Amino acid sequence: MTDAIRPIGMPKWGLAMTEGKVNAWLVADGAEISQGDEILEIETSKITNVFESPVSGLLRRKVAGEGETLPVGALLGVVADAGVSDAEIDAFVEQYKQHQAEAASEDAAPEPVMVEAAGWTVRVLRMGPEAPDESAVPLLMIHGFGGDLKNWQFNQPDLAADRAVYAIDLPGHGGSSKTLDGDGSVAWLAEAVRGAMAALDIDRAHLVGHSLGGAVALQMALDEPVRIASITLVCPAGLGAEINAGYIEGFIRADRRKEMKATVEALFADPSFVSRDMVEDLLKYKRLDGVLAALQRIADVSFPGGRQATVLADRLDGLTVPVQAIWGAEDRIVPPAHATALPQARRHVLPGAGHMVHIEKPAETNRLIGEFVAFTGG
Amino acid sequence: MAKKSFRQAINEALAQEMRRDPRVVLMGEDVAGGQGAPGEDDAWGGPLGVTKGLMPEFGRERVLDTPITESGFVGAAIGAAATGLRPVAELMFVDFMGVCFDQIFNQAAKFRYMFGGKAVTPVVIRTMYGGGFRAASQHSQCLYPLFTHIPGLKVVIPSSPYDAKGLLIQAIRDDDPVMFFEHKMMYDDMDEVPDEPYTIPFGEANLTREGDDVTVVALGRMVKIANEAADALRKQGVGCTVIDPRTTSPMDTDSILESVEETGRLVVVDEAHPRCGMAADVSALVAQEAFRALKAPIRMVTPPHTPVPFSPALEDAYLPSAARVIEAVRATMA
Repeated sequence: MTDAIRPIGMPKWGLAMTEGKVNAWLVADGAEISQGDEILEIETSKITNVFESPVSGLLRRKVAGEGETLPVGALLGVVADAGVSDAEIDAFVEQYKQHQAEAASEDAAPEPVMVEAAGWTVRVLRMGPEAPDESAVPLLMIHGFGGDLKNWQFNQPDLAADRAVYAIDLPGHGGSSKTLDGDGSVAWLAEAVRGAMAALDIDRAHLVGHSLGGAVALQMALDEPVRIASITLVCPAGLGAEINAGYIEGFIRADRRKEMKATVEALFADPSFVSRDMVEDLLKYKRLDGVLAALQRIADVSFPGGRQATVLADRLDGLTVPVQAIWGAEDRIVPPAHATALPQARRHVLPGAGHMVHIEKPAETNRLIGEFVAFTGG
Repeated sequence: MAKKSFRQAINEALAQEMRRDPRVVLMGEDVAGGQGAPGEDDAWGGPLGVTKGLMPEFGRERVLDTPITESGFVGAAIGAAATGLRPVAELMFVDFMGVCFDQIFNQAAKFRYMFGGKAVTPVVIRTMYGGGFRAASQHSQCLYPLFTHIPGLKVVIPSSPYDAKGLLIQAIRDDDPVMFFEHKMMYDDMDEVPDEPYTIPFGEANLTREGDDVTVVALGRMVKIANEAADALRKQGVGCTVIDPRTTSPMDTDSILESVEETGRLVVVDEAHPRCGMAADVSALVAQEAFRALKAPIRMVTPPHTPVPFSPALEDAYLPSAARVIEAVRATMA
């Protein structure tokens, strides 16, 4: 289908995004682009990021102008073979716009729901086909300390093309219960996530865990390997003792915008990812009753004295579940050197990214997760 | 997240704190019954329905309709606070504070200081303020500068439903007397408000817009006006940082000074009278602490120094508008 005309639409990054502003085109009109190429810079109220092309081909038309603010799904550009006439492209653009207007009125974005698990209420966002292929093992995404399911906004939609992808909020986080029904340790968090899997009727899953969520994923695989199809660790805890204790303390302490901004800038290789809204959302989360106590308990138990209490690296040898790690080379929270706990073929250290590698390098991260999930089966 | 009105946000804060802490009680004129209530059942819940539903849930022991004697029930609330309860009293309109001012500024505000820190007075006095309601001179004033003037009182002026809930819960948990100002034109404003309880610390300003050219400080309902002006100016290529101090006592002076150091220009928007008001206070702060950063004279956007007029045409002209804020911002850029 090299002669097909393919649209490039405004992406939807996260639950709250309804529109985005085209800050700049990063490629010229008529350029040959490949899937994954950075083609646009898009700004939302929460974040500014580069948009990587979902398709390959000749960029025949830039429909969106720089500075224009457009709804999610709106046509940004058109990719088509050189043989396609301008008139055909004009007709395609017209048709797309009409279709988009109709779709906008009925399109409902997935919303997170609250689910009762053993001992806690878990907030879950499910994406993916309503009735996926029965052989497609679902994917479960577990965020890190102080994060929530929205951390996967650039990953979850992409990974949900052919299977159900669940992102959950850990206890004490996001929209889940703030009162911890346990000691806050990695082992207890793993038990809680198992409870969430049971409540969601997920028998077996691929896991993706970021930071503390990575240690939780590893613990789950060690506890009950038959239920875990594969694990992708994203800048995980649990592979070494070192951790940026200053960050953990700073995140718990910060109750003002300036402090919080300075603290979370350490999460990114490029601190300009930290927007006013991102900081405000974190402060809003931290102001909720019970959050400080929950974070403090998790930090006290999991990172006592500024060291990681749960180091599972030496148990990897006996683990039957396939494990890979994706790390930002400029991670300032957990040292990328911890990745050496895994064989070379199973570790991917991406340059130009920090602790939030899945936000800074989404296309690469998604490709690695997608390939690993496909390779490990189900 | 659920959208809730300013009215619902206040109601939810009161209900959640009353569930959490049995010492929290409400008292005021019509807080249980309200207009048209036969006396036993919950009707309006205050003149604008803010406390509706609380009497049926918590009973008349904790939701107390009082006689029309502010001097009596405000004093009673302060006394109850000094002896172990955490009352939330409703002074229906702040314009009525004249009859209970001694209880507030000579008693509540002084207990902690005069008893050497051994007494606490965890009382919240909720009150309505502001113009635009066609309610004439005695029901439309913005008297928060008077309370800000008194050491020992904390003064809160929320500008959105989200802030209203978090600041009111903070006020109820605070051990000092807090004056909590609700603009009567804002009760139907909608905002995303978490269902869970949360607190917003006092003395922490909110930046509702960010821009490099001019700092605009605004309070309460004026934050909306300032945002509207900033959005219009943004389209014309002028960037404004809008600072909502949220509380005037304590006041987040650092946020204001840091912003002025960056922009070099200040416009203060206040619905209170201009003399000895918050606009004058913020202007004095910046003139003293950041004078060298200023590229232009400070501008104040306030009503004139007159009572609030009853004539609708005059009242509309009296209140600060986005157009007047734009004009003031432009003047600092000239």
